[in-house]
Amino acid sequence: MNEKIFQMINPQAFPTPFCPGCGHGILMGAVLRAIAELEYDMKQMLFVSGIGCAAWIPSPHFKADTLHTLHGRAIPYATGAKLFNSKLKVMVISGDGDLSSIGGNHLIHAARRNMDMTVVCANNAIYGMTGGQVASTTPIGSLTTTTPKGNLERPFDLCKLVEASGATYVARQPVATPIPLTRILKNAIVHRGFSFVDVPSPCPTQFGRRNAFRTAYEMIKALKESCIPVEKAKSLDPAELQGKVIVGEFVKPEEKGGRP
Amino acid sequence: MQLHKIKSALPAGWYFMQGDEACAEGAIAAGCRFYAGYPITPASEIMIRMVHRLSEVGGVFIQMEDEIGSISSVIGASWAGAKAMTATSGPGISLMTEGIGYAVITETPCVIVDVQRAGPSTGQATRPAQGDVMQVKWGPHGDNEIVALAPWSVQEMYDLTIKAFNFAERFRIPAFLLADEAVGHLRETLVVKKDVEVFDRFKAPGLPPFGTDQPNGVPPMPAFGEGANLLVTGSTHDPWGFRKTADSAVQARLTERLIRKVQDFKSEVIETESHFLEDAEVGVLAYGFTARAALQAVKTLRKEGTKAGLLRLVSIWPFPDEAISELGKRCREIFVPEMNRGQIAGELKKYTRTPVISLPKTNGEVIGPAEIVEEIRRNRV
Repeated sequence: MNEKIFQMINPQAFPTPFCPGCGHGILMGAVLRAIAELEYDMKQMLFVSGIGCAAWIPSPHFKADTLHTLHGRAIPYATGAKLFNSKLKVMVISGDGDLSSIGGNHLIHAARRNMDMTVVCANNAIYGMTGGQVASTTPIGSLTTTTPKGNLERPFDLCKLVEASGATYVARQPVATPIPLTRILKNAIVHRGFSFVDVPSPCPTQFGRRNAFRTAYEMIKALKESCIPVEKAKSLDPAELQGKVIVGEFVKPEEKGGRP
Repeated sequence: MQLHKIKSALPAGWYFMQGDEACAEGAIAAGCRFYAGYPITPASEIMIRMVHRLSEVGGVFIQMEDEIGSISSVIGASWAGAKAMTATSGPGISLMTEGIGYAVITETPCVIVDVQRAGPSTGQATRPAQGDVMQVKWGPHGDNEIVALAPWSVQEMYDLTIKAFNFAERFRIPAFLLADEAVGHLRETLVVKKDVEVFDRFKAPGLPPFGTDQPNGVPPMPAFGEGANLLVTGSTHDPWGFRKTADSAVQARLTERLIRKVQDFKSEVIETESHFLEDAEVGVLAYGFTARAALQAVKTLRKEGTKAGLLRLVSIWPFPDEAISELGKRCREIFVPEMNRGQIAGELKKYTRTPVISLPKTNGEVIGPAEIVEEIRRNRV
């Protein structure tokens, strides 16, 4: 499998630009593994990304058609390409700031339209590339370069946002659990309609070191330990869910019903 | 420019049509098969016509959530292989500006129609203006070279839309149809010919999609799904699309080529029309709807014995520098009526020492022939 995955990567793209401890490499591996296990042809795939660290996951790493667009605009670029050539299997991979802040309008409208594409949000809860500014996904109280006394604003729950907007497949799985993540990505890719996967991914450089994670290992361990499967979360009350990351599939198409 | 003939989408003949509708017909005739738009006065009629026509010819239409979405999906569709278009007015151009810059650096062919209305900002949505002539040229940050054509009739709303597609595909650039509310909502005769001349995208598998051997070349353009492993990015990139964000030689080569691929071949684009200029002493320069009044004004002045002549700009960008300098040599002064505060009058001064007299009007009304005659009488040296 590893050999197969290396063939899906542009050799010129190395060394990878990601910082030590960044979760995006795990996500990149999970996406490629999902495609390899599904035996999809990379020549039929189109990867679209916006601006930021996560946007560099497909571009220039992936040996496929990639479209590295403007900040926040990956989804409408993908929409145009998919509408004109419906044979393309379109996957958007971008960050939380890109997809949900500057690009939030496009995210909800693509979900509303049930555009046939997979959107993967590499969610590190921070603006990494530009120097660790607060994002629309940063937890309350977190220290960032623009919230030196702690973030006062409530973060988006992106899964709830796209679910309410009409997405027909919605899931969350962090990079800390790469095997379930790969399984969920496969489900998202084969789904016909708008599929969204929120992938919490640690940023030790810009988030961790300002928020009491001494190492990348500590950060990824804490992320893993804070995960609660969605089925289990249903039986817990809000106080018990404080600070937890609910993971799993939130919206699934009917088991046998075909396209919703 | 190598054009080839295809059969017109509309049966040949005479039509009574609105300017905006003629623009949509021109797009269909040129082979446009993707349209994304957002409602805005006075351009919405183009979008409404496109819904019906694209469904008839097997194209794709989408009404996006905003103009940013419109230009973005147009660029995405263009890379998927479509001749693609959007239409809007000034406020929409403002929102699209970042995307226009992206189309410039990624060399994405697309047509953007700007049916200008009175600004700034929301201004007067139903009133004509020509206030965007500089915006379409200098809107995006960084240098760029685009094509802008200014129709003065319903016929040209059709003809110049076809040309805009040809220039967009020929040079791999965003090309503008710089109309205004008056010509967009005008209804008059449109003559459709049997054949249409179109330019088809240059393909050469195996060659780099973002660079050529020549410093002024236009590279071939593969589409998504053709197996080219395309790397399209708005960052500075090498001929294969790899990001080179700290390489000054790559940046220099790319930015020079983006300008020269149009500038060095601008004679293919530049189109002007001379009326009574052979013996003219008083020059009038106008474009778009205003040129109709200017032509009438020149005729009136001639009847009075004033040797006036009109140079009409059919294309505005790249700027027709040589035609301007010729006009300057011929005339003692040049009057420039335009529905803005003298944007093109100012540009003229770069290319001629002959006195340029701006006749601006920005009250949301078109300029009439009598006003131009009056101003010329009053201001003549």
